[in-house]
Amino acid sequence: MKLSATTTLDKLPIRTGGDIVGIDWAILSEKDARRLRELGVDEGVTVEKLHKGPFGIDPIACRIGRMTIALRTAQAAAIAVGPSKNT
Amino acid sequence: MNPTPLVALVGNPNAGKSALFNALTGARQKVGNYPGVTVERKSGRMALADGRPVEMLDLPGTYSLEPSSPDEAVTHDVLLGRQTGERLPSALLIVVDATNLDNHLRFALQLIALGLPSVVALNMIDMAERDGLKIDADKLAAELGVPVIPTVAVRKKGIDELKAAIGMIASAGAVVTVSDPAPHQDIVELQRRARAIAVAATTEENFKRRLTHRADAVALHPLIGPVLLATIMFVMFQAVFAWSAVPADMIDAGIGELQGLVAGAMPAGFIRSLITEGLLAGVGAVVVFLPQILILFLFILLLEASGYMVRAAFIMDHLMARVGLSGRAFIPLLSSFACAIPGIMATRTIDDPKDRLTTILIAPLMTCSARLPVYAVVIGAFIPARDVGPGIGLQGLVLFSLYIAGVAGAMVVAYVLRRSITKGPPPGFMMEMPRYQMPILRDVLLGLWQRAMIFLKRAGTIIAFTTVILWLLVSYPKPPADYPLPSIDYSVAGRIANAIEPVFRPIGFNRDMALALIPAMAAREVAVSALATVYAIDAGDEAVQEKSLIERLQGRWSLPTALAFLAWFVFAPQCISTIAVVRRETNSWKWTSFMLAYLFALAYLAAGATYWAAIALGL
Repeated sequence: MKLSATTTLDKLPIRTGGDIVGIDWAILSEKDARRLRELGVDEGVTVEKLHKGPFGIDPIACRIGRMTIALRTAQAAAIAVGPSKNT
Repeated sequence: MNPTPLVALVGNPNAGKSALFNALTGARQKVGNYPGVTVERKSGRMALADGRPVEMLDLPGTYSLEPSSPDEAVTHDVLLGRQTGERLPSALLIVVDATNLDNHLRFALQLIALGLPSVVALNMIDMAERDGLKIDADKLAAELGVPVIPTVAVRKKGIDELKAAIGMIASAGAVVTVSDPAPHQDIVELQRRARAIAVAATTEENFKRRLTHRADAVALHPLIGPVLLATIMFVMFQAVFAWSAVPADMIDAGIGELQGLVAGAMPAGFIRSLITEGLLAGVGAVVVFLPQILILFLFILLLEASGYMVRAAFIMDHLMARVGLSGRAFIPLLSSFACAIPGIMATRTIDDPKDRLTTILIAPLMTCSARLPVYAVVIGAFIPARDVGPGIGLQGLVLFSLYIAGVAGAMVVAYVLRRSITKGPPPGFMMEMPRYQMPILRDVLLGLWQRAMIFLKRAGTIIAFTTVILWLLVSYPKPPADYPLPSIDYSVAGRIANAIEPVFRPIGFNRDMALALIPAMAAREVAVSALATVYAIDAGDEAVQEKSLIERLQGRWSLPTALAFLAWFVFAPQCISTIAVVRRETNSWKWTSFMLAYLFALAYLAAGATYWAAIALGL
């Protein structure tokens, strides 16, 4: 599925992908922000939401670039996702 | 004479570093510790094509040179020549995952910038091809300015070429200096450069990770996922019993034979008794459990090597969050099922200090493999070996519930702690989920071999030592001929046990059990050898080979007593080595004593409650 409007990663429906268009570093703790950077979260990187945790909304699994990472919705809310440019 | 060149293996987690390390060094490995820290130091020797020896050092995987956990700090300090007890490496072997170049190249760029002679292993190149990526190694080498060797560590591909490249750069005694990385090197800037290089070197791209995606659709399915996890855990604990019976019987028979041999070859007396009743009975009672411990470790190694462990953490995260922990804590806790010590050491990957402390405090509640002998003997003696369903044995079921009891206890303790003394903001959960991989037989066997050696070393040293001391205490002084009670009551150990027995009487423990609890502090499995020693002495010389410990227990303990003993060991304060590790990791006697006190209290209450409930039920 392709995304049509900009949203945040936590609200992105499962099996939907797009590009990271912005990251609100300010709402992340310094540690979380650094981890996200280390895991390759950056503007322009492709992202796709893959899975949700079984017992509720947290955590979620996303493909970011070529990596699959798990994170919680609180951190995912800082990542803005827009329609992919490569289509 | 020049010292052997030291080559450090370094790279991101999940780059296949360990597999490459194993492929390069084979079984010639040394596992130790850095002084003052509990980070494992893994090194091995490798011979180059021209016969020159090289020492390879496997550094903990890390994402950048900016350390956030103690593990990463070691990597950082070694690379800058600041780690005590380690010389500055003379060269670096940088491992990158070919399927994840844009990410791994960032760290590689940081490492190359240090200025040490380097070679890059472009690992898992076969996987990249399967994922639809074609990478030009020469182009990559030109961009990075260091040699790049495509490798498939698990199939030993590219190993000779890698050795040749290492031989070119690692000259012993070469004077190297490292340039300190610029403080707060801009990660985003580096990342973009890495991505540009990766794009330039990738000649064909049609990325799709089909197998991992398909497997995750099942493993992370909201319904099937948890059921699968529970099934794997259940099969694991069933297997521990079902698969171990034959080898355990063989070991048991072997020890019996050995006792017979010694008894036949030596005149009756102190030395013969010491060997057959003390050493062989005591150590033998523990060594019998080697098959079970190896089966448990086999499962844990397979779960880790296949990449499933992180999926288990993902599934457990929400439940762990409810008690104030994160899914990350699941991995150290699962390792604690094998042994609390590596489990507690694995908490070093948790960055949140309160999350980490809580995980350390509850890790001993995970049933470690040392408790398995105790459970196995008591279950074997008191729980009938019949099936309660297709493929479900009653004994396995009881064992499974003991593990569950430990987990449930741990969750309650974590819940209470996180709302009282280790209160803090909820920890986050952020983890890379690596691809699934077929575990490599060689690496798994090597891991099992290392575990088996650690266990046998313990059996040969601390367990042998404590059983012999105990045997002496139980055997001496000898009572006068007209002493009316069993001879054990006259011995030093008997007197001590008689003195502390009133404390344990309310929870259904007898004198022999009180006696076994003391040496069990040294290592839990000693409880079994202690009981074996006590009952072997009680039974006298001739009966040693005729009756197993299980048969002896059946005659002496009531069912409520046996159940209470099991309940005690679910919570029982851990062995001395665990206490030492907790002290070192928390750096606090206060937390260590707190843990001891709460575990003691829980064990006492649980054993008491079990005993009286069993009595009330008329068992």
